[in-house]
Amino acid sequence: MVPYLAKMIIAVSMAVVIFPTLSLVFAQTSQKKLVVNVNEGTYKPLPIAIPDFHAVGSGAEGYAVSISKVISDNLQRSGLFSPIDKRAFLSIPNSVKERPNFVNWKPLNAQALVIGEAKILPNNALGIEFVLYDVFAEQVMIRYQLSISSSKAWRRLAHTAADQIYKRITGESGYFDTRVVYISERGPTKKRKKRLSIMDQDGHNHKYLTDGNSLVLTPRFSPIRDEITYLAYFDEQQPPRVYLLNIENSDQVTLGTFPGMTFAPRFSPDGRKVIMSMAERGNTDIYVMDLLTLNQKQLTTHPAIDTSPSYSPDCSKIVFESDRGGSQQLYVMNSNGKNQRRISFKRGGRYGTPVWSPRGDLIAFTKFYKGSFHIGVMKSDGSGERLLTKGFIVEGPTWAPNGRVLMFYRQQRQNEKGEGSNPRLYSIDLTGHNEREIITPEDASDPAWSRLTSDIDPEKIKKICPD
Amino acid sequence: MRLNLPLVVAAAFLLAACTTASEDAAKSVSGGEKVASSSSKTTVSSASTTKTTKSAEKPLSAGPKPGSQLDLEINVGDRVLFDYDKSTLSSDSRTTIGRWAEWLMAYPANKIIIEGHADERGTREYNLALGERRANAAREYLISLGVNPNRAKTISFGKERPAIPGSNENAYAQNRRAVAVLSKD
Repeated sequence: MVPYLAKMIIAVSMAVVIFPTLSLVFAQTSQKKLVVNVNEGTYKPLPIAIPDFHAVGSGAEGYAVSISKVISDNLQRSGLFSPIDKRAFLSIPNSVKERPNFVNWKPLNAQALVIGEAKILPNNALGIEFVLYDVFAEQVMIRYQLSISSSKAWRRLAHTAADQIYKRITGESGYFDTRVVYISERGPTKKRKKRLSIMDQDGHNHKYLTDGNSLVLTPRFSPIRDEITYLAYFDEQQPPRVYLLNIENSDQVTLGTFPGMTFAPRFSPDGRKVIMSMAERGNTDIYVMDLLTLNQKQLTTHPAIDTSPSYSPDCSKIVFESDRGGSQQLYVMNSNGKNQRRISFKRGGRYGTPVWSPRGDLIAFTKFYKGSFHIGVMKSDGSGERLLTKGFIVEGPTWAPNGRVLMFYRQQRQNEKGEGSNPRLYSIDLTGHNEREIITPEDASDPAWSRLTSDIDPEKIKKICPD
Repeated sequence: MRLNLPLVVAAAFLLAACTTASEDAAKSVSGGEKVASSSSKTTVSSASTTKTTKSAEKPLSAGPKPGSQLDLEINVGDRVLFDYDKSTLSSDSRTTIGRWAEWLMAYPANKIIIEGHADERGTREYNLALGERRANAAREYLISLGVNPNRAKTISFGKERPAIPGSNENAYAQNRRAVAVLSKD
């Protein structure tokens, strides 16, 4: 974060001196329209100017400033944008109606400019209007009006605005109006207190969902409702179970009637099923349960460990891990359990926790290789493996809904007193760049990313998985 | 009589805690807790409370109550260890499980939970499965020695409840384990 800022400031001062040359370069760019090539392995973040939003009428001053800051922070954390230091701004248009004087923005090398307003609406609703300009083409790229029924939810306005800016410039859908469920951790290694927790993707609006009296693990978001599925030990003399928890009203049910421990749950992409593992008499197999009919179906029957299943986004296939070949490896099968085949073949590594990308093209995984853990991705046929990051323990990747960013947890070696493991959440770009910690109140593990909040709707996401 | 027990226990504990003379008693209280918590936290409160009474009343008497959790831990040996990513029982482990079987024969009202655990060098979900596999290996052998299957259940904690903290080989060796715990049922 700091290096980007430092580079940006130098660029600004240089731009003043060599302005004519630079403007020529960007004049060409603007003819092709402002585009960030996000698939390049190395890219320079796009300089963007985001002055404080104006408040229209009284009462919106605080929101106006905060919203523009949240937009700016989102774009900066994505690694694809570099917001320009506000102190460099020369003159700012007084409203979203006023055409900016682009001459004032070009010397700052601002490729894009966001001008916005916020105002309080009737019934404590809050509205914003913003315009995204292509500075060198001197054109409006997008203009949006957004409102939210409760001003308390003002962050969602900012996240949605950032998603629109991100989408217009990168060509990919955004991921800022999303949440993360994860496990908060504290206390000594031997008596770790773990709590189910939820927050916005940037760490704000943090909330604990359980009290820490029971061990809880591996929460996952429903794609269609404010629900999560997770694992809990409510009685430490009984096998743990998979539960379904409604976040809004705290209703909770046990999923399935299985004789053994159930674990490793994940929703189907249409949210109508949960796939999970059940372990009985030393054998772990994969089962699927329909949340409407409550039918349970066994999908694998191998006497080895088959676990960590994850559906492809079209629901036609399931990737999972199995040690049937002697060590933990990745396998793909049809969603009815047929045609099971191994896809990880690189020698000398163990593979676990595969997660299918929402775009369908890639599978993210945890790899244990030469004494270190890695987070990597491969194509769904197992080819093209790329390791993105490594550590003493890095585990449990989860995809942002646009399939471009991953989150995982990183844990350090602990000393003989059990200190220093410090598990924390990190996000990383698919290219392996831009690894950043997501700040949490306590230690953190097992993150799971939601879809865009506005997409979490059973009306929008139709049933696609066959019965 | 049973209902009154907690009060008696509390009184005995207070007495021990307030009297500096009974330092031996206090020492054995904390010692007892330590042993109990290293095997299973679920039994800490009840087991250590019982022990408190006993040690406070009879500080000089050696040895845990026959048939108790502590008896299992100290006199029988409550755990067997495994190699990395393995669930094979060593001959030492078989000997230990043989003693579990004898102990269960000697105390026919007792049932046990066999907890399976893994060290931290594995993914969370795989380790849950591995822990279950280890617990099951111990249980299968126990049953083969003639113990009624209803008297031994399994549970896996994966890498969630290490016996020994630390990211080192010694801790890992102690953490790859199956532990017999007296069932509350």
